[in-house]
Amino acid sequence: MREFVSPQNFVPSDFEVVRNSDRCIACRVCERQCANEVHWYDSDLGKMISDETKCVNCHRCVSLCPTRALKIVKNNDTYRPSANWTGPVIDQLIRQSGTGGALLSSMGNPEKYPIYWDKMLINASQVTNPSIDPLREPMETRVFLGKKPDAIERDENGKVINNLDPQLKLDVPVMFSAMSYGAISYNAHKSLAMAAKELGTYYNTGEGGLHKDFYQYGPNTIVQVASGRFGVYKDYLEAGAAIEIKIGQGAKPGIGGHLPGQKVTVDVSQTRMIPMGSDAISPAPHHDIYSIEDLRQLVFTLKEATAYKKPVIVKVAAVHNVAAIASGIARGGADIIVIDGFRGGTGAAPTRIRDSVGIPIELALASVDQRLRDEGIRNHISLVVGGSIRNSADIVKAIALGADAVYIGTAALIALGCHQCRNCHGGKCNWGIATQRADLVKRLNPEIGAQRLVNLVTAWNNEIKEIMGGMGINSIESLRGNRLMLRGIGLTEKELEILGIKHAGE
Amino acid sequence: MKKVWVNEEWCLGCHLCEYNCAYANSGIDDMVKALKGKTINPRIRIEEGDSINFAVQCRHCDDPICVKSCISGALSKTDGLITIDQSKCVGCYTCVMACPYGCIMPSEEGPMQKCELCTKNGCEPACVKGCPNNAIVYEER
Repeated sequence: MREFVSPQNFVPSDFEVVRNSDRCIACRVCERQCANEVHWYDSDLGKMISDETKCVNCHRCVSLCPTRALKIVKNNDTYRPSANWTGPVIDQLIRQSGTGGALLSSMGNPEKYPIYWDKMLINASQVTNPSIDPLREPMETRVFLGKKPDAIERDENGKVINNLDPQLKLDVPVMFSAMSYGAISYNAHKSLAMAAKELGTYYNTGEGGLHKDFYQYGPNTIVQVASGRFGVYKDYLEAGAAIEIKIGQGAKPGIGGHLPGQKVTVDVSQTRMIPMGSDAISPAPHHDIYSIEDLRQLVFTLKEATAYKKPVIVKVAAVHNVAAIASGIARGGADIIVIDGFRGGTGAAPTRIRDSVGIPIELALASVDQRLRDEGIRNHISLVVGGSIRNSADIVKAIALGADAVYIGTAALIALGCHQCRNCHGGKCNWGIATQRADLVKRLNPEIGAQRLVNLVTAWNNEIKEIMGGMGINSIESLRGNRLMLRGIGLTEKELEILGIKHAGE
Repeated sequence: MKKVWVNEEWCLGCHLCEYNCAYANSGIDDMVKALKGKTINPRIRIEEGDSINFAVQCRHCDDPICVKSCISGALSKTDGLITIDQSKCVGCYTCVMACPYGCIMPSEEGPMQKCELCTKNGCEPACVKGCPNNAIVYEER
C-alpha cells in the first residue's frame, strides 16, 4: 500500500514507468529485480502494476525486460514555469521543510557548469610532419609515476647510479580511483582488482581498508590512509604498491565521510576494524594535519613504516588555492599528487556541497602543472587527475594539459553496470555496486565486471594511441604538458590564460 | 561434451532462463507472440531458497535412469545427449518418477518433454544465452 504523505510534503515523482502492455508477458523479472519495489504482479487483474513514486531510474528493469516492454520517462508534471524557482528547486525546498535535514546526493555534480574538456580541441599532423599509424609502428602509453631525479649521477667508473625513487608502473595511463569497500560492494571491489591486475594498472582501496581476500592483488593496489584511518595497520600498508593520503575528495571538499551503520556488515566491520553496525565517520580534517609540515610528517611516517619502498600519494580536491597547496605537497615529500575535480563522484555527499564547492579539474590541473613548472619542481612529483574523465579524448587533453595519468571512478562503475541513478546513499543499488545487501551484491559477477573494465580501458588505450599517432607523437611522454596540441573553442582570454592554451585559429 | 553447468553463486532467481526456454521451444519467432497470456511450462526450473537460487534442467547423466526406465524406447542417449522422441512416448510417466532431478515433465500436448540443450531449436541453449549473470554456462568440463 502507498505510504501516506501529507499534502505539504508531497513531491511528484521524477519519473514515470511506461509499460507497453502489448509487449509485457508478465514474466515478473522487473518485479524480482527491483529493490525499490516499484513493480508487482496483480493476480486479480492478471497484469503487472508499477508505483513510479519509488522509481529511482536505475534502468535495471528496462535492461532485463526480455520483451523490451518497459521504458522510464521524465515525469512531465509541472509547477508554474519559472526560470528561477524551477521544479527541482521547489522539490528540494519541500523535502527540506518536511525533514529539517541536509539534502543528500550521490555520484558527481550534475549541474550545468562548463565542461572545459568539451571546449578544447586536439591537433593533428598534416603534410609538414607525418602522422603515425599505431597499428604499424610502436606507440608507447606506459607511464611511470613517482619522483624523477634532477640529474643523472655516475660513479667513478662512469656507471649510472640508480638514484630513482620508487615508481608505479602503469601499462595504461588510467587507474581506478578510490572507492571504499563499504561504499561499494565486495564484487565491485573484486572486479576492479581483477581488472587492474590484467591491465597492469592500479585500483584504490579508498578509506575502507583492504578485505583479506584482496591482499593477493596487493601489487596492483593503492592503499588509502584517510582521516578515519579505517583498516590501517602494518600489513595493510605493506600490501599495497603505493600509499595514498586522502586529504579531500572532489565531490565534497572540506568535509568528511559517513558510512551508515547498516552498511557496516560483518566483513566491512572486520575490514575497517570497527564494530559491526556502527556508523563509520571520517572526520573532515586529519586531526594530525594542520599544515604542510604536519603533512610532511605523515608522508615520512608512512615512508618510514614501509622502508621507503613505496611511493606516497597525496590526494586533494580541486579548490581555489590548489596550485599553492600542490606546491606544498610536492615540498612535503609526496611522490604523486592527485587532484580531484568538482565533478568527482561519491557514495553520498550533502547536495549543496557536492553542487557548489570546488573548481573544474581542467583549470585546477593547468594551474597546478604551471605552478610546479614555474617553481622548477615539476619533476619532483607526478600529477594524477580525476573527477569526471569520461572518455579517451578527455585523457589525451588531460595529459596535454600536464597530467601524468588519470583516475576513473564513475566511468569504471558505469562499465560495471551503474546507470547513474545517483541513489548510492540509499544502499539498494540494483546493479550490485553501491550496496551491501547480499542478494543485490551477487548481481555483479566479478568475472563479467572485470572483463568489461578491461574492455573499456583497452579500447581507450587504443584510442589514445590513435589520437597520439594523428598528432605525430609516438610516446605519451611527448604528449605530457604539450599544450600546443590543444586549442580552446569559445573560451575567454582569462580561461585560455589559465589553461595555457591558444584559441582555435591562432 | 558441452553441457549446461550451474554457478549457483551468481543465480539471481530472475527466472529469465525459464522464459527463454519456453520461448526457444515454442517454435515461434516472437517472444511476445509465443508467451503472452500463457502460463509457461519450461524445461528448466529455478529452485529458490532464502539466500541461494539455482537453475535445474536435465543433467544428461552418464548413467541415465530415465533412459533405462523408458518402456517405449522414446528416451535415448546419443553422444552424451539424452533426447526424447515424442512420437514414441506413451505417457506412462515412469521417466518422470525415475528422474532424481525432476527434469522430465509432461508437455502441453501430452508426451513428456525435457531439456535437449536446444539441439532441436537450432541454437545454443537459450537459457544460457539469456542469463544476465553467467549463473548458467554452456561448456566442456
